Amino acid sequence: MEISNVWMPLLGGMMLGVASLALLALNGRVAGISGILSGAFGAKGDRRWRWAFIAGLLLSGAVAKAMGALTFEYATQSLPVILLAGFLVGLGTVIGGGCTSGHGICGNGRLSVRSIVATGVFMAFGILAAVLFH
Amino acid sequence: MNHSMARFAVAMICGPLFGAGLVVSGMADPAKVLGFLDVSRMAQGTWDPSLMLVMMGALSVVVPGYMLGIKPRIDAQQAPLCEARYHVPATKALDRPLLLGSALFGLGWGLVGICPGPALASLASGSPAVLGFVLSMVAGTQVARLLNEARNTKMQGAPTVSEPS
Repeated sequence: MEISNVWMPLLGGMMLGVASLALLALNGRVAGISGILSGAFGAKGDRRWRWAFIAGLLLSGAVAKAMGALTFEYATQSLPVILLAGFLVGLGTVIGGGCTSGHGICGNGRLSVRSIVATGVFMAFGILAAVLFH
Repeated sequence: MNHSMARFAVAMICGPLFGAGLVVSGMADPAKVLGFLDVSRMAQGTWDPSLMLVMMGALSVVVPGYMLGIKPRIDAQQAPLCEARYHVPATKALDRPLLLGSALFGLGWGLVGICPGPALASLASGSPAVLGFVLSMVAGTQVARLLNEARNTKMQGAPTVSEPS
């Protein structure tokens, strides 16, 4: 493994950690993207910070694209599979109360047993689907 | 600056930082995520463990930061700086929604290698596939909200399903 292959994921992970910790310390909110997204369309509560966070995510993607750092490849997947996957991700994260960020980073970071169990379950099923379909 | 504006400003800073973390870590790239989830690649020696490093990097910040800086404040019933209280899930139950929801999420995640954060950050690519994924994902979250509400109404008096994080 090259050095950058170790340090970039670690550094990126630490940035995710700092952003999550700051949101919790200042706004008292869990930086769970699925929760922020589903709540942004909800009728209750303060929605402005949710849209600000989402806008920030979109902005960082746009900057990364301008720098040529946004890479991905969907060539192997058909549109129906992508739509099905998107629906499962939206449905599952709200029923399960979190995703890779809400459970994976914030919940595990709080050493929440619920989040540790949830992470184990979605990792196991993610591995299952990836091994079967790729 | 009042609290609502402060929360808005905090989110305007944390959102881009979070997105930048996704890009720098490589997690905005579905190929990299699938390179981790598809453990059958271990046999060929092409398995990519970087997702584990991303998690380690994030937790190396959040665990000490939470345990030393935030948990004592929650325990002492103090408020965060820009909000009246910490919105941290109170429920501890390992219930069916937690397990079922996480399983469904995992299946969708493993199918294409995209979870909610990278999906939003990747919208800028202009790829119709990402747009389709995001629209479908938003539809899924709203269907789940309706299901949660129906479940809460049915179980009147019982503790409500925790706020999604």
